[in-house]
Amino acid sequence: MALMEQFKKSEFYKSIFRHSYQDTQRNRALQIVDNVFLHLHPVRVPRHATNIGFTWGMGGITFLLFLVLTITGVILMFYYRPTAQYAYEDMKYLMNDVPFGPLMRNMHRWAAHAMVLTVMLHMFRVFLTGSYKPPRQFNWMVGVILLVLTLLLSFSGYLLPWDQLAIWAVTVGTNMARATPLLGHEGPFGPELGMRIDNDVRFVLLGGTEVGPPTLLRFYVGHCIFLPLIAVIFMAVHFWRVRKDGGISGPESKKNF
Amino acid sequence: MSDQTTENVQKDTSSSGGAGPKTTPVISQTPLPRKPKQDRPADQDPGIWRTNRRNVLAVTGWMGFLGFIIISTVGALRYMFPRVLFEPPTKFKAGFPQDFMIGEVSEKYKDEKRVWIVREKEGFYALISICTHLGCTPRWLPGDNKFKCPCHGSGFYRTGVNFEGPAPRPLERAFIGIADDGQLQIDRSVKFLYEKNEWGRIGSFLPYTG
Repeated sequence: MALMEQFKKSEFYKSIFRHSYQDTQRNRALQIVDNVFLHLHPVRVPRHATNIGFTWGMGGITFLLFLVLTITGVILMFYYRPTAQYAYEDMKYLMNDVPFGPLMRNMHRWAAHAMVLTVMLHMFRVFLTGSYKPPRQFNWMVGVILLVLTLLLSFSGYLLPWDQLAIWAVTVGTNMARATPLLGHEGPFGPELGMRIDNDVRFVLLGGTEVGPPTLLRFYVGHCIFLPLIAVIFMAVHFWRVRKDGGISGPESKKNF
Repeated sequence: MSDQTTENVQKDTSSSGGAGPKTTPVISQTPLPRKPKQDRPADQDPGIWRTNRRNVLAVTGWMGFLGFIIISTVGALRYMFPRVLFEPPTKFKAGFPQDFMIGEVSEKYKDEKRVWIVREKEGFYALISICTHLGCTPRWLPGDNKFKCPCHGSGFYRTGVNFEGPAPRPLERAFIGIADDGQLQIDRSVKFLYEKNEWGRIGSFLPYTG
């Protein structure tokens, strides 16, 4: 015990944990403010924020699921090769022979499904409680972008098992891009602007005129790098705005608690 | 701003006078303090358009930066459009016409080329085996004499015209002709659409009675 006290007084310890756990208002605030991981968190949590019945905690659960997806996703990347030759085999390998492979893949899969659901419920709650109203209008728009990014992440991940279900689902999904106004070769004003099957927006998505190996690679890069990166940036703005717009929204009667 | 303040001051003094004899309004306003330089609009200052060495260098630098960003963006966008596609060629030879029986719907090239070759009494036509609903591959059901899509149940007559399910338009026909060596020549990239009245055109139907 004495050794521990000695250690706590050392410069090494103090350089990492700058404040003691002495339970004072000031220390509580400093512990949050001085920590890079906690500084997004509000210094003081209003009592109504702990009322799960008002917020449902859906935003937080969505973020938790995003973290789960990031971690399990990185783990899956160790065994998965995004080429037409190997993708399906690697998925089978993960599911049958990799230790804890099925657990990781199923966690990724179920967390992905759950995240779409919780994002929707979060949006539903924000709508029902009127939390999109001023001063939170801007954060609602950021939230809409995050919803789209979540759906795109879900859609792009759907192709990666490279089985019949994946290929045809993405074939159907990307066929809608043909009808994009101006940018699709079957959409309004598309042909007039010179859109063909091999130069329109669907062609960029697929990397070809049909779902094939280039599509798998594009969706893989989008799923693992591009979309998460964009999502993280918007999430940072989203969380930051929650605090700047007056903290987590609560019942009208308790707002000034 | 300053005009408004003056007006308010005058109004206040006159109303405080009330119903009493009219007095000259007291001008009690002190002149506003002169704003610091950074808050004042520059008078006759051309800003960045002042031609001196600093501005020329700054504008040149920013233009260079802007140009670099634009060119990089255009390059990155162009990068996403590949020049070479590793896809099966759209033009192919499909064997000799006498190898097909009258009334036959050949699925020989369906897997590889996604094309059915149909032989009627009067000749040939090639249907592209992509459902016009959402792009699945229908199946030819000889017993029912129709094409049926497994995804959402769209059905097409042997001519390719849709008659059931969600498909909004008939199947597309591909170009069909005779190659130099007498084989059937099919080009999937040339399409004939029924709804555009293109099924009568040359290439949409190959007359053959041999």
